[in-house]
Amino acid sequence: MALKMVKGSIDRMFDKNLQDLVRGIRNHKEDEAKYISQCIDEIKQELKQDNIAVKANAVCKLTYLQMLGYDISWAAFNIIEVMSASKFTFKVSSLCNYNCTSQAVSLLYLTNDLSSPNQYDTGVALTGLSCFVTPDLARDLANDIMTLMSHTKPYIRKKAVLIMYKVFLKYPESLRPAFPRLKEKLEDPDPGVQSAAVNVICELARRNPKNYLSLAPLFFKLMTSSTNNWVLIKIIKLFGALTPLEPRLGKKLIEPLTNLIHRYVCKCCFLHLGVVKVLISLSSGMPNHSASIQLCVQKLRILIEDSDQNLKYLGLLAMSKILKTHPKSVQSHKDLILQCLDDKDESIRLRALDLLYGMVSKKNLMEIVKKLMIHVDKAEGTTYRDELLTKIIDICSQSNYQYITNFEWYISILVELTRLEGTRHGHLIAAQMLDVAIRVKAIRKFAVSQMAMLLDNAHLIASNTQRNGICEVLYAAAWICGEFSEHLEEANQTLEAMLRPKVTTLPGHIQAVYVQNMVKLYASILQQKEQSGEKEAAQEITQLMIERLPQFVQSADLEVQERASCILQLIKYIQKLQIKEVPVAEEVIALFAGELNPVAPKAQKKVPVPEGLDLDAWINEPPSDSESEDEKPKTIFHDEEQRHSRHRQPEIDEEELARRREARKQEQANNPFYIKSSPSPQKRYQDTPGVEHIPVVQIDLSVPLKVPGMPMSDQYVKLEEERRHKQKLEKDKKKKKQKKEKRGKHHRHNSLHTESEEDIAPAHHVDIITEEMPENALPSDEDDKDPNDPYKALDIDLDKPLADSEKLPVQRHRNVETQKSPDSEAPLVEKKSKKPKKKEKKHKEKEREKGKKKEKEKKVVEEEEEKQKSSKHKKKKHKKEKEEKSKDKKKSKKKSHHSEEETTESVQNGTLDDEPLPVSSCALTALTYDIQGNLQNDSQVTVSVIFENKSTSFLKSMELNVLDSLNTKMLRPEGSSVHDGIPVPFQLPPGISNEAQFVFTLQSIVMAQKLKGTLSFIVKNDEGSTHEKLDFKLHFSCASYLITTPCYSDAFAKLLESGDLHMSSIKIDGISISFQHLLAKICFHHHFSVVERVDSCASMYSRSIQGHHVCLLVKKGENSVSIDGKCNDSTLLSNLLDEMKETLSKC
Amino acid sequence: MINAILVFNNHGKPRLVRFYQHLAEEVQQQIVREVFHLVLKRDDHICNFLECGSLFGGSDYKLIYRHYATLYFVFCVDSSESELGILDLIQVFVETLDKCFENVCELDLIFHMDKVHHILQEMVIGGMVLETNMNEIVAQVEAQSKLEKAEGGLSAAPSRAVSAVKNINLPEIPRNINIGDINIKVPNLSQFM
Repeated sequence: MALKMVKGSIDRMFDKNLQDLVRGIRNHKEDEAKYISQCIDEIKQELKQDNIAVKANAVCKLTYLQMLGYDISWAAFNIIEVMSASKFTFKVSSLCNYNCTSQAVSLLYLTNDLSSPNQYDTGVALTGLSCFVTPDLARDLANDIMTLMSHTKPYIRKKAVLIMYKVFLKYPESLRPAFPRLKEKLEDPDPGVQSAAVNVICELARRNPKNYLSLAPLFFKLMTSSTNNWVLIKIIKLFGALTPLEPRLGKKLIEPLTNLIHRYVCKCCFLHLGVVKVLISLSSGMPNHSASIQLCVQKLRILIEDSDQNLKYLGLLAMSKILKTHPKSVQSHKDLILQCLDDKDESIRLRALDLLYGMVSKKNLMEIVKKLMIHVDKAEGTTYRDELLTKIIDICSQSNYQYITNFEWYISILVELTRLEGTRHGHLIAAQMLDVAIRVKAIRKFAVSQMAMLLDNAHLIASNTQRNGICEVLYAAAWICGEFSEHLEEANQTLEAMLRPKVTTLPGHIQAVYVQNMVKLYASILQQKEQSGEKEAAQEITQLMIERLPQFVQSADLEVQERASCILQLIKYIQKLQIKEVPVAEEVIALFAGELNPVAPKAQKKVPVPEGLDLDAWINEPPSDSESEDEKPKTIFHDEEQRHSRHRQPEIDEEELARRREARKQEQANNPFYIKSSPSPQKRYQDTPGVEHIPVVQIDLSVPLKVPGMPMSDQYVKLEEERRHKQKLEKDKKKKKQKKEKRGKHHRHNSLHTESEEDIAPAHHVDIITEEMPENALPSDEDDKDPNDPYKALDIDLDKPLADSEKLPVQRHRNVETQKSPDSEAPLVEKKSKKPKKKEKKHKEKEREKGKKKEKEKKVVEEEEEKQKSSKHKKKKHKKEKEEKSKDKKKSKKKSHHSEEETTESVQNGTLDDEPLPVSSCALTALTYDIQGNLQNDSQVTVSVIFENKSTSFLKSMELNVLDSLNTKMLRPEGSSVHDGIPVPFQLPPGISNEAQFVFTLQSIVMAQKLKGTLSFIVKNDEGSTHEKLDFKLHFSCASYLITTPCYSDAFAKLLESGDLHMSSIKIDGISISFQHLLAKICFHHHFSVVERVDSCASMYSRSIQGHHVCLLVKKGENSVSIDGKCNDSTLLSNLLDEMKETLSKC
Repeated sequence: MINAILVFNNHGKPRLVRFYQHLAEEVQQQIVREVFHLVLKRDDHICNFLECGSLFGGSDYKLIYRHYATLYFVFCVDSSESELGILDLIQVFVETLDKCFENVCELDLIFHMDKVHHILQEMVIGGMVLETNMNEIVAQVEAQSKLEKAEGGLSAAPSRAVSAVKNINLPEIPRNINIGDINIKVPNLSQFM
């Protein structure tokens, strides 16, 4: 063996190590891919060898390849294998690339390492865990990590504290039990641990700050005492999150923080920044702290003016925080921020833009946008320009166009933006145009005139192929011109513009809109001409349509083609009528009658489900496979009848409908935001009342109209200023009058006027139509929340005292044990002392039976005894021993999920909890159980039973009893007879589940066992209480006595060579699953571990709780699997193989 | 939380890639490339923060980077980290590398990637900052490498000998490297610790 080892390491000298690989890759610049694939082949070879050092080296190389972007997930298993190596060196190398490993298999190795005496072993295991923690791992290891949080070494403590956060994320239930200890760590003597704890709590509090308010005093103390800047930053951040929730905290903090600002201002700026942030947030609750805000803003200004770009950036960032609560104090620094827009650094420019968004008011909107427009012209690089464009639109449209006083100006800004080259945001502009035109009725006339101009100059927009993004604007333009054609002054000209041959080069969806809106335009022209009696002109326009439409009929776009040919036929028909001198306009226009109202984006979602409508119910019964239509034609009719009767229910008769309609109208009439529906649908086309009050301002449109497509928004700025000035004068006059006339009466009204200096009356009387919502829409905010947010699960109230059911799963195991035997200390000690005796007895028996295996047996027993001695030696205290025991148990639990013939369906669902036992007739309780071998005691297994109350009543006085067999007995508290049940140590409120454990003693484990049992309990509800019983069966399969134990190939080979194992084999046909999958199945269901795998052949190992070695050789053929097994006990082996056959033949 | 730590050279070749969330290799490479292009565009004298949009799947993330000689050190963090704090952490990282490798250069990162990973593990685990004190980090790294050497013992001797023999040819390595091994300069920033 030793020789082999040395030989191995000599061979290894000539293997490539990481450095060689790197060097090789660099030397093969031309054919890198080829070289690497060659290397991967080598690595695969190396991974197959049984020398762990070679494997570690291979894994190390894989890490490098992964960095270069090669997929290494195929080696996941080997990586875990190396991780389990006993030597630290190898572990480290494997943990480097844990990104790809996430199997639960790694758990076993981790538990080993976590309890390792070497702090670095533990440390490495923790580091590894941080990267591949899964919900299962988190649940199983939570308790271990919690214990590590009070490890003697600070190095481990701080790692454990940090990992705990990862565990919380994956397994939120652990937060409450672990929190007290986490809190303790805040006052740890080691600063590293302290900072880790602060780190974790800050992360937690950031998502759900309200649960951590109770920690504020502690943090306050830390803040004033800590010298570690990291901790200070984090605490300050935390306070930033807490203060909005608790104004009193703010008052307390303001003093020390102001001091901090003064103290640190030159020393470290970033601390200062953090402080500023908190001050901001805390001042938000208190209106009277303008002084501190002023201080902050001043300091920030110094930062922003600093030459250091980083500080500038952070200053702007902090400024945006202030802006949210105190916009006024920031607005005075507008100059500074506009100046930042000229900065060469894009990050800073973007920050400044963000600030501008919050700084606008009715007063300065035009000015700011004007500045931005200048920047748009200057900006190089499309990304920044696009950013500017979206910002302009954001700024203007924010909170329902709150700051826009003059929509004509806004439309002209939008039109100006269409001149931007190569922007991607054409659709954004288009959407704005549509939105404004639809919602602001008063602006329609102006909008239509501008859009007509755009259409007229469509060639400018659409000519350049690079500017394709912007041609979306034409979509809006065409639609607006068509829909609001009654406002169009020179409809003929616009129609002609839309019919130009150039249009056919536009994208399909825009052409489609063109076609549709042409007809609207045509209809209104027709009406106009007919009314004025110009029949020839009307015919001319029809002729024009007929001439030009065919170009659209030939379009490649289906939508365009369809619409065009449809409309062409329509117009041909109209022409016929016109020739007969029939007035057609009324009818044509009726095609487009009716107003379109804006609908809120989430309106559909918010429509309440009417009573009596079940959306999940089948409309038709789902067709069943068994009965075909030919056989039973009658059932169809029968079904249909049923369906009808069911569906008549929600239908409402006419009367009811009318009543509802009336009620709705009433409601709308009372709602100031609702536009009243016009009495007749045609009315819109006569003269809308909204149009009457448009011409408040006389705009000289002649100038912009002659510069095609480029209205000057600047003139609006000037106009606006004049208007405001005039308004102010008028207002002043009025005010004076009012003051004189009605002093006492309208006092309140007056003060309102004087206070709002900014309240500038808009140029037009604009009614911005709110978007339509369905009546009695559900007021729901939930739709903004992401249900998958992992942090939401951590929103747990931490101040409530811990309930019994809330302990970490592992703790529960321990508790049950103590509960089960009130005099537990005594019997446990007894058990221990008895054990060697028992073993001896058994040993003798076996000796008698199998004389030839004598030596071997002895060895095993000796080994076991030694083990026990050493463990006792290590931790003399009884408590600790128990702890260890539970750990071991837990270890075995991971893998000892157990499957069985009767109710396997549920097992295959992949739930960890094993078999649901028959649910009691009244569906009150459901039991699931899981059998775990107990490594410490060779004749005991622990059965964890999960009780779930599925009823609506309260369950109490539960008692579990099992009919003992000769071989298997339930361990009862001393003094009770075999017929007594064991009380379950908890009660179950409705819908709650809990777990209890029962220990069984066994004599022989070579055979599978079945035990019958009953659970009796009292059901208590409003009507009183009844006694109920539930019968169940516990199945102890042989696999449940096995404990997954890793084994190295050399030891494995030794074991096989020793020759004192019985052999047996089975063959199973019709296996279609992959070999990997197959192995995983055996590992999972039968608690084996893979020792070695070569192609489609693998050796596996496991050990029973009584120390039987079980070795398997699994070979996969075409469609079959053959399993050769070797074991100390032939009965056990044949039973195990039978069980295996059972599981595998199902796949 | 730190989401990713990337180190690449002026040509975009990755030298250290560590993601604290699971991503497929192609996605990782894609991110490295995009981050490289974002960072490359920027002058040396503008700020070290960069909003990376939806590169990591959320608008909360920010890139904080530093450029040392031939290498870019980029940390991707969310809003719970202090920007200047991370900037300082990068500095600590580079100083620690400098101390562990004695005048660190790009070559050290290339050939001793495993060691660089170890050092990083002592600073950041699972995306959370573990230690910011350089002396502490160096002490832990050294203690562990001592442990490794002790474990290696006799059985590792032959391979060590061979690698020593292999490294006799070391002088020819720089010839293959067109980037050159300019030392990473460690300018003094703010006095953080």
